[in-house]
Order: sequence, then C-alpha cells, then structure tokens
Amino acid sequence: MNPVATPFFFYLLAGTMIVGGILVITRKNAVHSALALITTLLAQAALYLMLYAPFVAGVQIILYAGGIMVLFLFVIMLISIERAAKERQFNKQWLVGIVAAAALGGLFITIYTTTTKGKELFPEGRMTYGESQNTQQIAALLFDRGAGQYMFAFEIASLLLLVAIIGAVVMAKKRI
Amino acid sequence: MHELIDYIQSYLDPRVTTTPGAAGNIFWATVYILLVFGGLSVAVIAMNWLERKILAHMQVRLGPMRVGPHGLLQPIADAIKLLLKEDIIPAGADAFIFWIAPFMVVLAAFTVFVVVPFGPTHAITDMNIGILFMLGVSSLSVLGIVMAGWASNSHYPLIGALRSSAQMVSYEVAMGLAVLSVILLTSLQGSGLGLYGIGAANPQAYGTLSMIGIVQAQQEQGVWFIFKFFPLGLIGFFIFAIAMVAETNRAPFDLPEAESELTAGFHTEYSGFRWSLFFLAEYSAMIAVSSIAVALWLGGWLRPFPNALSGSTWDLAFSLVPGISFLLLAAMCFYNVARMPKHPLFKIQTMGLAGFGAVLGLIGLVMFIPAVRDRVNDIFWFAAKVAGFMYLYIWYRGTFPRYRFDQLMKVGWKILLPLGLALLILTAAMGMRTELWAQFQEVVHGL
Repeated sequence: MNPVATPFFFYLLAGTMIVGGILVITRKNAVHSALALITTLLAQAALYLMLYAPFVAGVQIILYAGGIMVLFLFVIMLISIERAAKERQFNKQWLVGIVAAAALGGLFITIYTTTTKGKELFPEGRMTYGESQNTQQIAALLFDRGAGQYMFAFEIASLLLLVAIIGAVVMAKKRI
Repeated sequence: MHELIDYIQSYLDPRVTTTPGAAGNIFWATVYILLVFGGLSVAVIAMNWLERKILAHMQVRLGPMRVGPHGLLQPIADAIKLLLKEDIIPAGADAFIFWIAPFMVVLAAFTVFVVVPFGPTHAITDMNIGILFMLGVSSLSVLGIVMAGWASNSHYPLIGALRSSAQMVSYEVAMGLAVLSVILLTSLQGSGLGLYGIGAANPQAYGTLSMIGIVQAQQEQGVWFIFKFFPLGLIGFFIFAIAMVAETNRAPFDLPEAESELTAGFHTEYSGFRWSLFFLAEYSAMIAVSSIAVALWLGGWLRPFPNALSGSTWDLAFSLVPGISFLLLAAMCFYNVARMPKHPLFKIQTMGLAGFGAVLGLIGLVMFIPAVRDRVNDIFWFAAKVAGFMYLYIWYRGTFPRYRFDQLMKVGWKILLPLGLALLILTAAMGMRTELWAQFQEVVHGL
C-alpha cells in the first residue's frame, strides 16, 4: 500500500494554510476572518495526520476548530459589522511586524540548515510511531515511569491553564 | 481485468478480519461508504415517518394517513416538495456563508460515520483515534449552525445560533468526561491486570480509543460497560445519554430551535433544499451520537445476554432474530392489508402495502441463509440498539417540556460536570482496586 503522505497533499495543505492565513488578516469582516482561521486550523490538523500523529490531529480538531473557534465566533457575532467595517484595518506597526516575521523566518531557516558536528538538527529519518499505537506512545512519553520525559512540562502547562481559568473567573465575576 | 477481480475478491477472503479501510482496499471502502450513506439516508427517511407516526399515536392522533397506506409515502412526498420549493437567500444575508453553512453541517454529520463500528469488519475504517475523531468532527457541526445563524442576518436565527453554541460547548464537557471513563475501562483487560495494564509485559497494548477496540474490550471482559462497576457504568451512560440529547438540539434541549420563542431558530431563513440539508444533518447526528452510546456502553454489535444465554444453541437462536423480526414486520403489513377498507378507491393502496410486506418478508427470508445470517447479524444488533435510542428521542419529545436556558446551563455545569468528574475518579479508583487486589494475592501466594 502506497503512503498517503505524498508531496501533492503536503503542498495542497500548506497552500490552503497560507491562503487561509492571508485571508485571516485581509478580510474586513471579522466573521470571515474567523472562518478563514478555521480552514487554516483544519489544514494544520491534516498536516499532523501526514506526520503520522493522528492523536495530535484529533486534539487539534476537537480543541481549536471545535472548541476555541466556536467561542471566538460566539463573541465576534455580537460585534456590529457596520462599525467594524469602518475601522482602519492595519495599524502603524506593520514595519515592526515585517521585521519580526522576517527574523522568525530567518531563524527557522537557519535552524533547519545548521549542521553541528556533521549532524543536522532535523535528520531525514525522524522518529515516527506506527499509526495504530500513536495515542498509546504519546501517553507513554508523557506518563510512563521509565520512558516518560515530559510529565513535568505537561503538568506545568496544565497549571498555567488552571491559572488562566481562575483569572478569567475572577475578572468576569464581581461577587464570587 | 483479471487483476481487478482478484483485487476485489482479495478482501472477501475469510482470513481478512479487518475493515476495508484498514486492509487498504479502495474498492470495498467505496462500496462501504456508499452502503453507509444509502443506509443512513433510508434511516433518516424512515425516522421522518416514524417520528410523526409515533408522536401522533402518543398524542392519540393518527398522524399522516393520506399519502400511501398509513402515510408510508409521506417522507417521499415531503422530499419532492422540499426539492421543488424556491431557494430563498435573504437580501441582507451574507450569501457565501449562508450558502455554505448547510453543507458544513451535513459534512460534519456524515463524516463521523467513517468510524462507526457496525461489526468487527463492518466499518469503513478503524482509526486509532476513533472516538476522538467522532467527538471532534461532530463538534464541527456547531460551526455550521453558528454560520447559518449569523449569515441569515436576522434576529431569531442569531439568538438560536448563540444558544446552540453555548449549549453544545457546555454539554461537550460532560460528554467528554463520560467518554473518558469508558476509555479507562477499556484498559482493564485480563483478570489480574489493573488500569493501564500495569504489570503487563506490554502496557502500551492496553487501553484504546478505537471504536472497534472499545467494543472488543467489552467482548473480552465479558460485560457491557453499562454494567461494569455497577452503578458507575450506568451513571456514565446516563450522563452521556443526557448530554447527547443536548448535543443534537433535540427536545427537551431544543432551545436553539424553540418554535414558541424563535420560530425555527438558526434555520428560520432557510427554505427548500437547504432546509432539508439541516433536517438530514440533525437526524444523522442523532444516529451518530446514538451509535457512540451503543458502541461505548451497550456492547456495539454484540448480541444481548452473552453470559446468561450462552452456548451454540442460543447463538443459533439469536442469529435467527434478524430474519424473524423482518418476517414479523411483513406479518404486520399483511394484517393491515386485511384490515384495509374494501372500497375500490383503496385498491392501489392495499396492493402497495401488500407489495411492501412482500419485500420485507423476502428480506427476512434472505436473512435465514447461513452465509447472509453470519454477516448480517452484527449489523442487525447494532442497528437495533441504535433504533432503541431513536425511539427514546421521539419519546422524550412526546413527554418532556422544554428546559429554560438557565436550567439548561445549571444541568450542564452544576450537575453533569461534577458528576462526570466524580465518576472519572471513582472509575479510576475501582480499576486500581483490581490491580491492588491482584498484587495482594501475589504476596499471599509468595508466603
């Protein structure tokens, strides 16, 4: 069976993501921007699938496309479209933005092409887990007694989310 | 040509025990997709008729009686009417989003059926992330609803869409917690092993998100998860059963399309074909969440009473049930043929009903052929369990008054969510209890 992850699909998905990303910042209507962002996020989920990471792809769909973007839309829908259309779309920080984006892009390219002691940082044959065991492998990386390396980082991230939740409740509710 | 036939037949080899998607057989995968799509459409049409009929009988009415015998052709008449209706896009609407929203909802509702396990080999494909995929893709349908409500540029749809998104996001949390407790249960394989297969040679082989894997875990443990750790499994099932009604925007949680307040909610401005797409999506979403409940708690394709009524005699008896139930339906048709008025105006209707009964009887007879019987049995049990949920949906609609919005939020966040969290912790504790007990016994044996 031929692999599905052909270059054609990569370019298709990457193209979709880039077009979606451009539409996010160029649409005047905020709802259109949000929908373009959803397209981008779904294409990103498909890219994760191409990297044989179905669990991450599933989480991407359920959290970003299904959860966070619904809340985004929920808020955006209540904005007056007529007033929003009259607002200036770009502020005067575009020069700084371009410099920052170019710096980040340069950093990515440098990292990708750098070789230390003859070894690339991103070797061709990167570690891939079989699709049928992907979820279990991620769980093992996070929680396993022997192989688990990322438990501390994971728990720190969840603590950060908890702080954000409590902060949101404190800000939103006058009387707790 | 010969190679093509070989390719097609290679999947029919009895040694192949995977789904066509897993076997990588594109031909059979396409056939399965078409079968699922066709079966789903027929099921939605049947539900349309059944809902009206059952609801009518609950309210001591007759329901549709004019089009065809006992209104059997009513859904087809409705479909023709809807297709011929003018397709209106309101002047102030955002045309593109208005146009694309129903397709989004239908796409989300139908895509989840890729992983629905009608049998150990009767699914389009089996994914490692099956249940996550189902929950994720079905949560995308709320995007379509929000798009429809906003793009209509009208008050009722907007309020309907707002309610819908708030409701679906709230109940997804409780639903997810109930599902998590089942995923914990799937890792309880073997008698001596506890949660996560701790102590096994290969702990990563335990626990699964795959829909087929979840049903197989119930088969291996010899218990449906609704009865596991009684009453924990039952509580989880009830949380899911409540949340799934809310997720599909059905009575008593049908606030997004509350007729008395919002005319028709998010699809007020839709007409004709586009409206029928929302209808199709609503019913297929109902079938989808019901099949999640069936696969997770009610043993999926497994026949009832696997333990109390085991043995080859009972296996044979249960394998005859599909054929017998179709014959019963046929008998019902013929009984009503006999009861039809003898007036010449009813001649065509009587003949039509007799023909329908004959077709049902023929299907029933075909299901007695051993080769067919073996392959159809699992699909039948799965469909029968899902049909039970479909009846419950109609029953709820006929029984319960609609929730108020604050009551809805209270049930979701203050009752189901804490209950789900407690359930998750208790399930984990019960799983570890088995493991600790096994270790204790080992120590005792060592002494």
